[in-house]
Amino acid sequence: MYMVQAQKLCKRVVSPEGTLTLLDAVDLQIAAGETCAIVGASGSGKSTLLGLLAGLDVPSSGRVLLDGVDLGTLDEDGRARLRAGRVGFVFQSFQLLPALTALENVMLPLELVGRPAPGRTAREVLARVGLTERLRHYPNQLSGGEQQRVAIARAFASSPKILFADEPTGNLDRASGERVIELMFSLNREHATTILLVTHDQAVAAHCRRFLRLADGRLRDESADGQNGLIGMPEVAGEDI
Amino acid sequence: MRIFRLSLLGLLRDWRAGELRVLALALVIAVASTTAVGFFTNRVNQLMERQASTLLGADLAVISSDPVNPLFSTRARNLGLETAETISFPSVVLANGKTELMEVKSVSAGYPLRGVLRVSHVPYGTESPTRAIPVRGTVWLGPHAISRLGLRAGDRIRLGSSVLTIAEILSYEPDRGGDLFSIAPRLLMNLKDLSATGLIGPGSRATYRLLIAGPAPALAKFQRWIRPHLQPGARLENVRDARPQLREALDRARKFLGLAALVSVLLAGVAIATATRRYAARHLDSTAVMRCFGATQGFVVSLHVLQMLWLGLGASLAGCAVGYLAQQVLVRLLSVLVAASLPPPSWLPVVTGLLTGLVVLLGFALPPMLRLRDVSPVRVLRRDLGQLPARTGMVYLAALAVGAALMLWQTRDLRLTLYLLAVTAAALVGLGAVAFGLVRLLKLLRVHSGVSWHLGLAGIARRAGASVVQVVAFGVGIMLLLLLSLVRSDLLSTWQHSLPPDIPDQFVINVQPGQVAALRRFFVDNGLKGAVLYPMVRGRLLAINGRPVHASSYSDIRARHLVERDFNLSWAARPQRDNRIVAGRWWTDEQYGKPLASVEQGLAKTLGIKLGDELEYRIADRDISVRVESLRRVEWDSFRVNFFVVTPPGLLNGYPATYITSFHLAADRHGLMERMMQRFPNLTVIDVQALMAQVRSIMHRVNLSLEYVFMFTLLAGLTVLYAAVQATQDERKREAALMRAMGATTRQLMKSLAVEFTVLGLIAGFLAALGATVSGYLIALQLFHLRYHFDPRLWIAGLAVGGIGVGFFGVWGTRFVFTRPPLETLREFS
Repeated sequence: MYMVQAQKLCKRVVSPEGTLTLLDAVDLQIAAGETCAIVGASGSGKSTLLGLLAGLDVPSSGRVLLDGVDLGTLDEDGRARLRAGRVGFVFQSFQLLPALTALENVMLPLELVGRPAPGRTAREVLARVGLTERLRHYPNQLSGGEQQRVAIARAFASSPKILFADEPTGNLDRASGERVIELMFSLNREHATTILLVTHDQAVAAHCRRFLRLADGRLRDESADGQNGLIGMPEVAGEDI
Repeated sequence: MRIFRLSLLGLLRDWRAGELRVLALALVIAVASTTAVGFFTNRVNQLMERQASTLLGADLAVISSDPVNPLFSTRARNLGLETAETISFPSVVLANGKTELMEVKSVSAGYPLRGVLRVSHVPYGTESPTRAIPVRGTVWLGPHAISRLGLRAGDRIRLGSSVLTIAEILSYEPDRGGDLFSIAPRLLMNLKDLSATGLIGPGSRATYRLLIAGPAPALAKFQRWIRPHLQPGARLENVRDARPQLREALDRARKFLGLAALVSVLLAGVAIATATRRYAARHLDSTAVMRCFGATQGFVVSLHVLQMLWLGLGASLAGCAVGYLAQQVLVRLLSVLVAASLPPPSWLPVVTGLLTGLVVLLGFALPPMLRLRDVSPVRVLRRDLGQLPARTGMVYLAALAVGAALMLWQTRDLRLTLYLLAVTAAALVGLGAVAFGLVRLLKLLRVHSGVSWHLGLAGIARRAGASVVQVVAFGVGIMLLLLLSLVRSDLLSTWQHSLPPDIPDQFVINVQPGQVAALRRFFVDNGLKGAVLYPMVRGRLLAINGRPVHASSYSDIRARHLVERDFNLSWAARPQRDNRIVAGRWWTDEQYGKPLASVEQGLAKTLGIKLGDELEYRIADRDISVRVESLRRVEWDSFRVNFFVVTPPGLLNGYPATYITSFHLAADRHGLMERMMQRFPNLTVIDVQALMAQVRSIMHRVNLSLEYVFMFTLLAGLTVLYAAVQATQDERKREAALMRAMGATTRQLMKSLAVEFTVLGLIAGFLAALGATVSGYLIALQLFHLRYHFDPRLWIAGLAVGGIGVGFFGVWGTRFVFTRPPLETLREFS
């Protein structure tokens, strides 16, 4: 059973210079519980791919199946419903809601799916990431590392089946980054969550079992037990979108 | 020239990006509200200016409550001046079995000396000017009276003892052209028919006018001659100071409507300041780049200020156009006050409109805009170094200065301006503090609410400052409308309910001493008990304690009016039932005929009269001095006949007196009045019910016009909301995208927005209802001495208008946050 499947996934954008092909017929399967890193140079389309796989954007052509459901058959609300409680996110820029306290930020995904006692669960997860003392703090009262730990707590609070992480250590110093990665993977072990991680940091990628490289719109499996490298040439070299 | 081109290009670009729309909209509303009022008052003023001489119907008029000395007209004619005379008074006309109170004006040949009368043969038919006056035995009636009594030309009417034929319909008379509160319809008759009616006798309430016209030197000579000869109670009016009451009333209307419009202007200013702050924030990067490429601080500021000026000019012109259209509604609403048709407005309101627009724009937009001057070029390398202070102090200071300047301009009165500023500041601080408290309270609610509630309430709390501003802006708009609609009607009905059911509603005046016994018998025969006839002698107050009394010695307007007019003095053996002695004592039987007086305490206070003071009156050419023996409190609300000054019986016996009475007439007994008029044709009956209905309808129209002006306030409140929504647009987009990523549906997102704005609106409605209740309470207690009744409708209406209005417009204004795929938005803001 695959958690994520992409079939002939293409993403093209129209620009004044012509049509840019960011992803060219990408095929990909990620099994449930797998940890997978996508690496690539800046502007190679890693984040675009992550967004398409999570249903945050729609492909120009091709199919994405998330937890067995074809995203192409769903509208924006349908995709949101599919993600609710099943998908967690960690972003490079944390993306916490500034109006909410740390506790409220973590409660949010639980409340969205109507889980019982969201406050209690959120407190437990925040305690797990070492932020019991910071429950009532607003994001702007927290350090970068603390904010990312709240984001990780938020991502794991609803025990999602899959976690999408986009450069989770990109805005952190080395020590904080290491702490965050350590937390993310220990939570992954506890919850048996599938992780799909986008990074340009080899050290971070090394924590994952699978290792995929995106270059020129094509994805190549560079894991030790590498499976498939899929070919596709970009028509115009793309900038980071 | 380059900077002009660049600023125009920049304006076009920003306009296309939609950044300036809310700013322009706020400005259009501000200018429209002031110019609507400006155009209206301009038209009325023009009417007054144009008709200045015809307003008097002459170049000069001697106006008196007693017959004008015949010497005056002889002297005028000797100087080569033309003269005419008029005597006007209210009287009841009997026709077609109905009675109607009319303003009778009897005129001599030659009237009017300036301007012309216009008549028609059918009501509201084709008018034709005429130099004639009604021939003897005929009258001309106003179209209103004709339609109300179901009459036509040729029909007969009874006026006093005379029966007169309607010859024409009087459609226009110059000296009534712009009359305010022209309640009773007009009847014009020949002066020579007047004595036969028996309506004018000693002590009757009439206004005598001697009209004079002619060459300026002769007029000047006449004026110099007449001044020392004017009898007390007479005054001279020339074209410059014609209709002081009308001018005063219009000036008050101008101030009041102007201040009402100012509320919208200031609220629009808040929207402008909010929108400009966002504008400046979004131009920080481009400004840094320009500075990098060598633009000076001066250039950057000039560029943006010029851009604002173009926008200000365009939006203000559009505002003037909207104001012009809006003004026509105002004219319709207030047509009841201004009888004549108004001339088209001049260009002056456009100039003031443009000036207002620019002043508001500069006052509210310039301080946030000046922040761009401080943008450092280093921002292109490190954005975090480019943060600028908010300069809030300067924003408030500029807003205060602009607000004060505009207020001063409207009121042209420094004391009033300072007072208004203090009241406004106190009200705003009070409302703001309550709003802030409520916003803080929301934090407690968040603990127990669902996700949409959580987010919605968190949004309000996080943007606490902006939330308080929006809530107060909206609250003020709703509060003003609540005050004008519900509180006003509440006060009116409370007052009406406080009146006993048998309150007198008919006043009979002009009863001659010889008719008193017969009229008393008539009342008894017809079961009208309690109709007491009180004697009334007209006298003019000349001096208090030997000090002559002049209108000019009082600053209080009421006091001035009082000393300019004749007083009605009466005598009584006992104080009336509804009078209470509050100082001194009432006279004993032994003191009958002594020169004593009991004065109403309100009048005493206004004119500075104390117990023991000597009051000198002139009654029918004789002077009399009385000592203030007691002060009385009078319940004017009782609608019974009451007098400011009462003397003991026996003192005023030799003076010309008429009698007055009031009584309650059952609804089915109006035929009785007709019988009374037939038996005593010289009496004047004033039907208070009918007058009250007329006054109420005028009040209703005035109220509607105010409500109309305050609609702009509500619109300005909406732009504040819109500007605030725009200012938080980026934040909301990001939140929505993030929520989407975590699985929130459109419904959930919409619900959180609905919660946020509905709760904001409910707080605004709460503030409005609270403000209206407190104001209503103060008005009822302090101004009208009525018991205040709590009205739950006020709260229901306030909360409903606030919650639904703000909820709807807020969600409508933020609907754009769902339109883009979440990934795009998240990237933009990461």
